[in-house]
Amino acid sequence: MEEDEDMIQKKMMFVMRKAPHGSIYPYEGLEVVLITAAYDQDISMLFIDDGVYSLKNEQNTEGIGIKGFMKTYFALEDYEVEKLYVDNQSLKDRGLSKKDLIDVNLQYFNRDEIKKLMDEQEILFPF
Amino acid sequence: MKIAILVLDGPYNHEASDTAYNFTKAAIEKGHEIEGVFFYNDGVINAAKLMEPPSDDRNIAKRWSELGGSGVKLTVCIAAAKRRGINDDVVIDNAKIAGLGQLVEMAVAADRLITFGD
Repeated sequence: MEEDEDMIQKKMMFVMRKAPHGSIYPYEGLEVVLITAAYDQDISMLFIDDGVYSLKNEQNTEGIGIKGFMKTYFALEDYEVEKLYVDNQSLKDRGLSKKDLIDVNLQYFNRDEIKKLMDEQEILFPF
Repeated sequence: MKIAILVLDGPYNHEASDTAYNFTKAAIEKGHEIEGVFFYNDGVINAAKLMEPPSDDRNIAKRWSELGGSGVKLTVCIAAAKRRGINDDVVIDNAKIAGLGQLVEMAVAADRLITFGD
């Protein structure tokens, strides 16, 4: 990894807005997260809107012939990507609850808290 | 202000790439500095030099290439490019294919990262 020790650290949030397999955004977005993790930045991921479906447990992409990348979410902790935020409202709107999501360390927030978290960021990557 | 531009959408299908281009030009005209333009997702297709639109329409690849020629750093993500059939043989002049690390460095170095896409 081409890590630059002189690089300043910024607060950056990856905003995962899309369903996991209908487009490549969540997959290629995750690629950016993994690369960024090598740069010692203050990273968080926010799962909002259809993005919450990325965290749905028991996914199986075999039937649609698309590579499943869900296992990567379990590896995020090894990359020191530990701030995984979930928008409560998006879950509720889709009839999902915490028990429907994969078993990783997630933090749940209401919209006003999400707004505050986003305001604190210096860089937003929408995927 | 130092501005970094991220283009996530391909040419023609949506207006995102046009808007990114127009924004970049306008920012330069206003005296801002462009840290770089990074092409990701289908955005890498903007840098395919084989595109040949009808002559009475804009040539998006050529337009980006000319902007690169004027000194704006254009970077095309290697992983996204490979996936979509873009390599050094077909990438526009004045753009470089490189890793995602370039995006991180560009975003951190700039005062603002502005994303154009779906």
